[in-house]
Amino acid sequence: MAVYVELRKRMEGFSLDLQFQSNSKRIGILGASGCGKSMTLKSIAGIETPEEGRIQIGNRVLFDSDEKINIKPQRRNAGYLFQNYALFSAMTVEGNIGAGLRGRRKERQERVQEMIRKFGLLGLEKRFPGELSGGQQQRTALARIMAYEPEIILLDEPYAALDMFLRDRLQQELLDMLGDYEGTVILVSHNRDEIYRFSDELLVMEKGRAACFGKSKDIFSNPKKKAAAGLTGCKNFSKIRRIDEHHLEASDFGIHLCTKRKIPENAAYIGFRAHEFEPVWGMREENCIKVQVESAAQLPFETQYFLRSERGQTGEPGQEQICWFVQRDRQREIEKKGLPSYLKFTEEHILFLEG
Amino acid sequence: MLNEILKNLDWSPLFISLKTGIAATGICFFAGLYAAGRVMRMSKKKRAFVDGILTLPMVLPPTVAGFFLLLVFSRRRALGIFLFDELHIKVVQTWLGCIIAATIIAFPLMYRNARAAFEQVDMNLIHAGRTLGMPEYVIFWKIVMPEARPGITSGTILTFARALGEYGATSMLAGNIPGKTGTISQKIAMVIQDGDYITAGIWVTVVLLIAFVSLYLINLIAGRGKRHIKRW
Repeated sequence: MAVYVELRKRMEGFSLDLQFQSNSKRIGILGASGCGKSMTLKSIAGIETPEEGRIQIGNRVLFDSDEKINIKPQRRNAGYLFQNYALFSAMTVEGNIGAGLRGRRKERQERVQEMIRKFGLLGLEKRFPGELSGGQQQRTALARIMAYEPEIILLDEPYAALDMFLRDRLQQELLDMLGDYEGTVILVSHNRDEIYRFSDELLVMEKGRAACFGKSKDIFSNPKKKAAAGLTGCKNFSKIRRIDEHHLEASDFGIHLCTKRKIPENAAYIGFRAHEFEPVWGMREENCIKVQVESAAQLPFETQYFLRSERGQTGEPGQEQICWFVQRDRQREIEKKGLPSYLKFTEEHILFLEG
Repeated sequence: MLNEILKNLDWSPLFISLKTGIAATGICFFAGLYAAGRVMRMSKKKRAFVDGILTLPMVLPPTVAGFFLLLVFSRRRALGIFLFDELHIKVVQTWLGCIIAATIIAFPLMYRNARAAFEQVDMNLIHAGRTLGMPEYVIFWKIVMPEARPGITSGTILTFARALGEYGATSMLAGNIPGKTGTISQKIAMVIQDGDYITAGIWVTVVLLIAFVSLYLINLIAGRGKRHIKRW
């Protein structure tokens, strides 16, 4: 089902001004905390009202400021999974799942029973939310939404409050449970792993605006914008001066780079992911930077080096700290040979970015 | 001697006070919930103003409220004349006066407690109810009220206790007509003037008992549902 969203709303400190359209069934919205992504989701559900814009799902117009259409949240048929699940604490699991159902008593009960079986809640029907584990709460919340047969499901950072171990498990569980859901799902998150795993198409938001929109895999491999690169986990950025089609000066790293690819004219930055550096021992190669280790952090499966470039070819030492993350297998090589003299910016991994 | 007094005691003040307390609490309950819901949604400035007015009876001496009530309901004033001539309703020196005085004085307790309780209800619960298609009145009675129940219950009990013991405004508006508007508090004041400390003591004991049982109930209710109360 096609989703069309166009929103304008003044927020504290910035204004939300956004437009996107998607035919994907799994849409992700990635953005830092407080960039307006929750507001976007709430506007689709109808529990917040934008000042202007248009929201359409399939051929149903939910909101249109010009035509003065603003369907009540009760009639939007949009399931919303809240951060804290928002279970009704005075109702049992059964009561929660049946809370929004209409129709005859017997039909409602049957529907609730069906959801209880489907979401593995058998035996917990009479429990109150306070007596459930995190996973059981999530399943109850999802069962409550699914019982209502929504056309679209909106997930608002559903795991933000959980510790990492539990989060990975619940995330997988949620994806499994949504597996056979035919409608559109929009997931809002500031966690790139979550988004990458979940979404076919991705909207990256920065301060209320769409930084970019496209296929998730494409955005992660070529973010195009600095904000998008940062949110997808790129750690190293430098302002650049484009010398010609194949040469640039990365001033924050204090290095000249030459590339076989053409450097786009609108590139204002380059980005380089911390995992992609190639260590070089011995002779300097092309696109190499001489670095000094400032600090290193040993993690269970990788080592993170924080480096500063030494006086480079440009004469000025780089201002920016450089992050280099080394996986464990590679770490053995480093322990044998010692720290490399140079780090190489492998050409295919250099991201050209607009500001 | 105590036995003798108890045997001959006129119990009407207890029933008048209880009736007044129950009636006033009933009115305060719905009016307080309604006002709390409305005031909560007002803009900041308007809210400060309206909240101030609604809370005034709690901080002013009850005799001040009694003064205003007399002004409004006196049969020499417009409203009083209208009520009596058109509807044959008398407020001054009647049981209705008792109820009105107790309602006005006790109202802020209900309103403030209800508002505090409503404001603590997680907005997401209401949002959830809406996205699940629940009509607003169902959301109010099935989600908001249960979530706010401890605060609303304690507000109701405090309101009842306050209405039951109201003295100042009641004595001005309703007077102390034995068997009609003579409440326990007025009875105590009256018998003390006669130096009858034993009768006064009996009524004081009754009031103390009711007040203490009310507070005890609040504490029980407020602590319910929290099995693991953390202490410092």
